[in-house]
Amino acid sequence: MAKVLKASEMKKCIGCFTCMNICSIVNRQNHSLSKSAIKVRTSGGMAGRFVAIVCLACDDPACMEACPSGALTKRKGGGVLLNAEKCIGCHRCESACITQSVFWDDEENKPIICRHCGSCARFCPHKCLNIEEVADV
Amino acid sequence: MINEKYIRVLYIDMASKKIRVEQRADLMPYLGGVGVATKLLDENMHPELDPLHPDQPIIFSIGAGTWVFPVLTKTVAMFVSPLTGELGESYAGGRLAMCLLLAGYDAVVISGKSEKPAGLRISNNNVEFVDNRAIWGLDSEATGSAIRERSVGGGKRSIIRIGPAGENKVAFASVCVDSFRHFGRLGLGAVMGSKNLKAVMVLGDRSIHIQNTKEYFKVYQSIYKKCTSTDMMAKYHDDGTPAGVLPLNASNSLPTLNLSTTNFEHAEAISGDTFAKKNLVRKVACTGCPVGCIHIGMFRREFDKGHEYEAISVPYDYELIFALGSFLGVKSSDEIIHLIDEVEETGVDAISAGVCLGWATEALEKGLINEEQTIVKLEWGNTENYLKAIRYLALAKNKFYRDLGRGSKYASSVYGGADFAMQFGGNEMPGYHTGYASVVGFSVAARHSHLDNGGYAIDQGLKQFEEEAVVDKIFFEEHDRCMTNSLGMCLFARKVYDHQTILDALNSIGHNLTDQDLVDIGKRTLRLKMQVKEKLGFSLKALRLPKRFFETTTMHGKVDEETVYRMINTYGDKIKDMMKEPDPLLDPVHKTAPVKVAKVAVKAE
Repeated sequence: MAKVLKASEMKKCIGCFTCMNICSIVNRQNHSLSKSAIKVRTSGGMAGRFVAIVCLACDDPACMEACPSGALTKRKGGGVLLNAEKCIGCHRCESACITQSVFWDDEENKPIICRHCGSCARFCPHKCLNIEEVADV
Repeated sequence: MINEKYIRVLYIDMASKKIRVEQRADLMPYLGGVGVATKLLDENMHPELDPLHPDQPIIFSIGAGTWVFPVLTKTVAMFVSPLTGELGESYAGGRLAMCLLLAGYDAVVISGKSEKPAGLRISNNNVEFVDNRAIWGLDSEATGSAIRERSVGGGKRSIIRIGPAGENKVAFASVCVDSFRHFGRLGLGAVMGSKNLKAVMVLGDRSIHIQNTKEYFKVYQSIYKKCTSTDMMAKYHDDGTPAGVLPLNASNSLPTLNLSTTNFEHAEAISGDTFAKKNLVRKVACTGCPVGCIHIGMFRREFDKGHEYEAISVPYDYELIFALGSFLGVKSSDEIIHLIDEVEETGVDAISAGVCLGWATEALEKGLINEEQTIVKLEWGNTENYLKAIRYLALAKNKFYRDLGRGSKYASSVYGGADFAMQFGGNEMPGYHTGYASVVGFSVAARHSHLDNGGYAIDQGLKQFEEEAVVDKIFFEEHDRCMTNSLGMCLFARKVYDHQTILDALNSIGHNLTDQDLVDIGKRTLRLKMQVKEKLGFSLKALRLPKRFFETTTMHGKVDEETVYRMINTYGDKIKDMMKEPDPLLDPVHKTAPVKVAKVAVKAE
C-alpha cells in the first residue's frame, strides 16, 4: 500500500509551524519556511483559522501534465516525483496546480514538491496531519 | 547570528530615515537575547535624558537558538522605562523572533523621532519607512488589520503596533505583537509613541543552511519529545496559566481588592476551569512552539437592543484574570474578557492598568480623590465604569488620568495613598502575594517583574523558610534566567531546557560552550544590567515598599517588614560580590588572577 499525507484535522491546529520547520530540516537541510513543501497559514490574520496548503496527491496530476521536460513523474499512491536534473525551472507546474500546492525555491530555481514522506505528520503535536494508506494507483 | 561568529545589528534612525548594519563579533560573549540587548541598551541609552526623549533607543533582540529549537520563541525589547525611569525589559512571543531571524537581523536598535506618524517594514533586503498618518489614533486591532490587508507575505511576517495609549505616552502602554502576544510591561508602547512609530512589520524569507543536520536534528528531536510527550509543559496547553487561580486563592496568595485580601470569594467564577467551560474557543501557539499555551476566550456582547450581538475574543491568562478580576472585584469570566478586550484595543499593560485602577478605587473610597476627577464612579466589580476608565487612561482624558497614566507610584505621590499603591520600584505588582520570596524577589528583580527570578515559585515550593537560602535561590534564578533569556526561551520551557540540554542544543549549531560558560553568560548580563540600573539612578538601598505588603496575609502568613529589608540587603551584598567577580572573557587583567590563587592553594597543601 502506498502512503499519502492528509491534512485532515486542521481544526486542531495551533499554528506552531513545526510541520514547515521539519519539512525544511528533513528534506532541504534548511531553517527557512520557504523551503517547506507544506504551508500553514491563517485566513484573516492570527484571529482567523489555520489552513494547510499541501499536495493533495492527485491521481491525474495537472502539474505533471504541464511539465514540458519530463521532470515530474507519477508517484505511487498519488502526486508526483521530481527529477531535478530534468527540470528547466519554467514554473509551469506551479501555475498548473489549482490548489497552489507547488511552491517555488528561488535559490535553486526549482519547484518544491511534497514527497509524502510523512515527517511533518510525525512531528505534528496535535495530529492535524496524518499519513494514510491508499491503493497503489 | 546562527552559523556565524558575530551578532548582526540593524540600526534605524527614525529622524533622518537612515539605517546601517553592523556585524559585531564583540557581542558574542553576550550570546543573544537579553545579553546582547542589555549591551546595546548600555551603549545607546542616555541616562541624563528623559525616557521619552527622541534620542533614547528601543532595542529588539532574538535569542541564540530562536526558531531552530522548540519553544525558543521570544524576542526581548529593552529601553529606558517611562514607568520606572530605569531598566525597561519586556518579552513577547508570536512570530516576531522567527521573522527577525529569517530577515537576517539578530538585533534592531531604533532611535530618533519621526517628524510624522510612521511605520517600519523590515525585510531581508529592505528597510522601508512607511507613512502611518492615516492609522494614527486607531485601536490596536484596526491598526493590525489595516497593515495586514495591505501587504503580502502571510505566515512569514510579524506585525507589532501600539494603540492610543502608546500614542498618548501612557507610561505603561504596551505593544501588541501579532494580535495575541505583547510587550506588556514597563511602557515600550510609550517609547514607540514618543518616536511617532505606530507599527513595525518584519518579513523574513532568507535561506539558512543547516551545517550539521545529523547532530542538530538528534538534539531537536529529543527536545521536541520532552515538550510534547512528558508532563513538563502539558499544563500550559490544558487549562493554561489560569489553572493557578484556585490554588493561589485557596492558599491566600491571590491579590484581591487592591491587596486588601488574598482570598476572593468569587474565585470559582473566574477560575481556569470556568473560563475553559464558558469561554474557551481555541488554543494557538507562538511560532516554533508545539505546546500552544495561548487560550482564546470569547463572549457575546449585546451592543444594541433587538438582539444585536458581536463576538469578542481575546487571549486570556492568569495575570490578566488577577489584575482585571480579583484585584478589582470583578466576578465573572465574561466581564474579565470584556476588560481584556479594552486593554488590548487601547494598548495598555493589563497588570499595571488593573493595579492602578485598584489603587484609584480605594483612593476614591477613602476620599483622597473625587468623582469629578475620576469622571465615573470607580467601585469594586463595576465593570462598565472600569471599561470607561481604561479608555480615559489611554486617552489621557484629564489631569487625573494623565497622572494615573504615569503609574500608581507617581499617582500616589500626587494624591496620597502610597501605602496601598501596590508597586515594586514603580512597577505594579504581579498576581502573587505568596510570601518572602515574592516580596523580596520582586523588589530586587532587575525590572521588578515576577519573571526575573520567579520568587512566587520559590515560595510555592518552600518546605521550610530560611532567610539566607531563599535569598540564594532568588540570586541564582536572577542570573540563570539572564542566560536562558539570551537563548530566546519561553520561560514555560524552563524545565525542558536544563543546562545540559542548552549545551547540547547550542553546541549542535556551532557553539562550543561549557557549563561554566553558561553561568558566566548569565552573570555577565546581570552585572551589566546592574550597571545600567545604577547609571539610571536606581538604588536598592533607597527602595521602599508600600505598607500593605506587610499587612495582608500570604500562603506563609504575614511577611515581616524588617525581615524583608534585611533580605533585600543580603541580596544587595551578593550583587556587590558578583560585581567584583572577574569576567574570564571581558577582563583579561583578571583572567590570570584565579589561576594564581589556585597555585598558591596547591602549595599550601
